Amino acid sequence: MFLGAYGERLAGASVAEQVAWKELRAQLVRYAGILKPMLSRRPPDLGGMSLAETSALGLTALSLKRLGKEDMRDFLRMLLMNVADVLDEQLEDDRLKGLLAFDAVLSSHLGPRSPTSLLGLYYRLTGELAGAPGAQIVPRGGMGQIAAAIASSAAKAGVIMRSNAIVNKIRIENGRATGIVLENAEEIPCGLIVSAIDPSTTFLDLVGPRELDTGFVRKVKNIRNQGNAAKLHLALDRPPEFLGVRAEDHRGRLVIAPSADHVERAFNPAKYGEFSTEPVMEITLPSLSDPSLAPDGACVLSAIIQYAPYRLKQGWDAGKPKFLKIIMDLLERYAPGIGARVRHAELLTPADIEARYRMPGGHWHHGELQADQMLMSRPVSGWSGYDTPVDGLFLCGAGSHPGGGISGAPGLNAARRILAARS
Amino acid sequence: MENIREIPSHSTRLAQSHFRTLRLPSPFQPRIEALARTEDWYDWAGYKAPNSLWDSELEYFAIRSQAALFDISPMVKYRIEGPDAEACLNRITLRDVAKLKPGRVHYTAWCDDEGHVLDDGTLFRLGEQNFRLCCQERHLPWLLDSACGFDVRIEEETEAIAGLALQGPTSFAVLREAGFAGVEHLKVFDLADFLHQNGTVTICRTGFTGDLGYELFVETKLALSLWDRLWQAGEHRGLRAIGYQALNRARIEAGLIVANADFSTAGHALRADRVRMPDEIGLGFMVDAEKGHFNGRTAIIKARQNKTMHHVLVGLEIEGNIPAEHAIVYHRKKREVGLVSAAIWSPMAKRNIAIAGLSRPFGDTITDDLWVEIYAMRELKYERLMKRAKIVPRPFIKLDRRAANPPADF
Ligand SMILES: Cc1cc2nc3c(=O)[nH]c(=O)nc-3n(C[C@H](O)[C@H](O)[C@H](O)COP(=O)(O)OP(=O)(O)OC[C@H]3O[C@@H](n4cnc5c(N)ncnc54)[C@H](O)[C@@H]3O)c2cc1C
Repeated sequence: MFLGAYGERLAGASVAEQVAWKELRAQLVRYAGILKPMLSRRPPDLGGMSLAETSALGLTALSLKRLGKEDMRDFLRMLLMNVADVLDEQLEDDRLKGLLAFDAVLSSHLGPRSPTSLLGLYYRLTGELAGAPGAQIVPRGGMGQIAAAIASSAAKAGVIMRSNAIVNKIRIENGRATGIVLENAEEIPCGLIVSAIDPSTTFLDLVGPRELDTGFVRKVKNIRNQGNAAKLHLALDRPPEFLGVRAEDHRGRLVIAPSADHVERAFNPAKYGEFSTEPVMEITLPSLSDPSLAPDGACVLSAIIQYAPYRLKQGWDAGKPKFLKIIMDLLERYAPGIGARVRHAELLTPADIEARYRMPGGHWHHGELQADQMLMSRPVSGWSGYDTPVDGLFLCGAGSHPGGGISGAPGLNAARRILAARS
Repeated sequence: MENIREIPSHSTRLAQSHFRTLRLPSPFQPRIEALARTEDWYDWAGYKAPNSLWDSELEYFAIRSQAALFDISPMVKYRIEGPDAEACLNRITLRDVAKLKPGRVHYTAWCDDEGHVLDDGTLFRLGEQNFRLCCQERHLPWLLDSACGFDVRIEEETEAIAGLALQGPTSFAVLREAGFAGVEHLKVFDLADFLHQNGTVTICRTGFTGDLGYELFVETKLALSLWDRLWQAGEHRGLRAIGYQALNRARIEAGLIVANADFSTAGHALRADRVRMPDEIGLGFMVDAEKGHFNGRTAIIKARQNKTMHHVLVGLEIEGNIPAEHAIVYHRKKREVGLVSAAIWSPMAKRNIAIAGLSRPFGDTITDDLWVEIYAMRELKYERLMKRAKIVPRPFIKLDRRAANPPADF
């Protein structure tokens, strides 16, 4: 069991394993710290870098040097490794390795033994809360509260917002974005357009390939953006009881991933367009900490389940009930009696996520967050600076560097970029 | 000799089998082989094509004073059809395709995102929604990717369509004698369909020689009978088959450039400074910045604004009579400013001519005091000649008969 910010303390493992984990965690945090400037700042544009940007990159180089020779070698050795090999080198406990392997591959089309899978863990550790690397929270009132908070502070700043306004088209005149056309045919002229809609939709549907160069369209079409995670929502009569988990620990994050091999085996079918028959999952029970989310005594369960490939060979219409049954059977093994408490169940496959959130592929990063789609290759090479081939059109969403998650980072970077271009 | 394979005209989307034979035979191979006395072959896009057939010098004079038949079947050909064919080609190529009327041909070029020329070629508008694009390089993946978002079908028809260039002062007379009634109405860059056996042949008044001439396209299965029909009609009009060397002389006189000879195409160039924008190889006139978006537009306009085009292509007249092929061009005999890509002593112009790529400002604002350094091999010894070069307009020759209406009969 992890305690504190990403396993600051480890419970339930042998003393030797606790020591080994402490060392590995320190090492990972140290290495993630090197990558952090790269992952949070604008990606390095090797051609036209400003002095400030060059020095930021220089800082990364400097912190690499400060590591010392041995550590630097190890950093470089591990950078593109698979997470399973790293864990096997340093840890013994299958359960711990399972958890770390799960976190490393969460949201991606990778298994723990796929090359570069360690990057996912670094990515997680570069996020921080109040200075604690890897820490995460669920806001009171649910994730929706973040959007509400952003909306209210924007309103205070005098921003006019319109929701439920579907954009059908970005108007281009002479290579410049001049406005948008809504689904209801309403036209809004714009001096500047900043799109948080994923890059494929923004360019292929809203701008349209005709206004873009073939090479660019090619790159956008090649963005791998097929999601592999499903989301389960359960409304339960009463909170479930997971075997071997203390009552108060039910408020934390519960991960079902018994070993790294188990995660790898769960990934295998996904390579061939099939869902896992032994899926791995991350479960939260948000209403335990925030009773406003469920009426008296009831409980909501929210889980992310892997692997559920977007392009399921049998199709999700046929596959979804089968996958739900597999998930419920699995939950029943870990929390006996849970099935009988379900009042309502909703499973969102990547196909559902695509339809509901207008995310092609249903990928929450708007595109795989793997080595070849990161940094200066995100969303596509040559255009990682939030600007686009269309004058007056910028990107600011998960499809841009550094990627998705509720971090605000791509938006902040984009805003800085736009302001810098103006001054 | 290999067999001529029968290729059904509709089933060949992709010329994928070209690698199986070392050099593919053209549909006209039986006729050409029978005439090949020099056995001087080269590889043209995977085809076995003649460099010369009997005497390249005399073959050249067949173009200029009789009629010459040159096999252009190896030319890469694409069919582009559909309601959005015009819009799609407008996005791919530099010139305004809306201005190209059905029954007309234009010379155009296309670029990658960076505005570097991928190829040049001729675009035939066979109908309102029906085009043929002919060029040197293969571009199917590029064209198909460019079709994304357009209602258009693109097929490679290199192997399905045979082509012949019939060039020279008696070329019209040959066609008339062969019975292509109405061919006299074709003006330069016009095209029309004519009956041939149970099919049609598309005849265009185009060519690569600067002379009166036509290009004929036909399904491969009608290729040999078309050749025979022309051959018979040409018997008393001096018709000769020719190889590439003869054509090359004619095209240099006409001031026309060849991809990967006079410039490196963006798909081939390995070195970052070898790629060229249209303005750098004399094709700037094609760029229609008003017609809407096309590949490379942004990059080309930016380069024009920032004056970052580093090269220019020029015609040179060089003193003496020794061809300056691949000679280095100097300013004030000292500073290296460019390279000659093609050169001949022109029998028509009676001048020593060349096409050269220069680094700006040379050839652009500085045009005087240019020299070329020719190494002439004389009995195992190089004679080094420094000859004065003058920039002159292309084409180097202008023949009234090329565009005369009606074309001259013989
Ligand atoms: C199942 C699941 C669980 C997740 N869990 C977490 C988590 O616990 N923690 C975390 O940090 N992150 C989590 N994420 C990831 C996170 O939600 C995303 O990465 C993040 O929302 C991306 O933010 P964004 O603003 O870039 O894009 P989005 O949130 O996708 O926003 C894009 C918006 O554009 C809208 N849009 C699209 N097309 C149009 C159009 N044509 N006209 C108008 N609007 C349009 C969409 O409706 C959408 O609201 C999860 C994602 C999923 C799917």
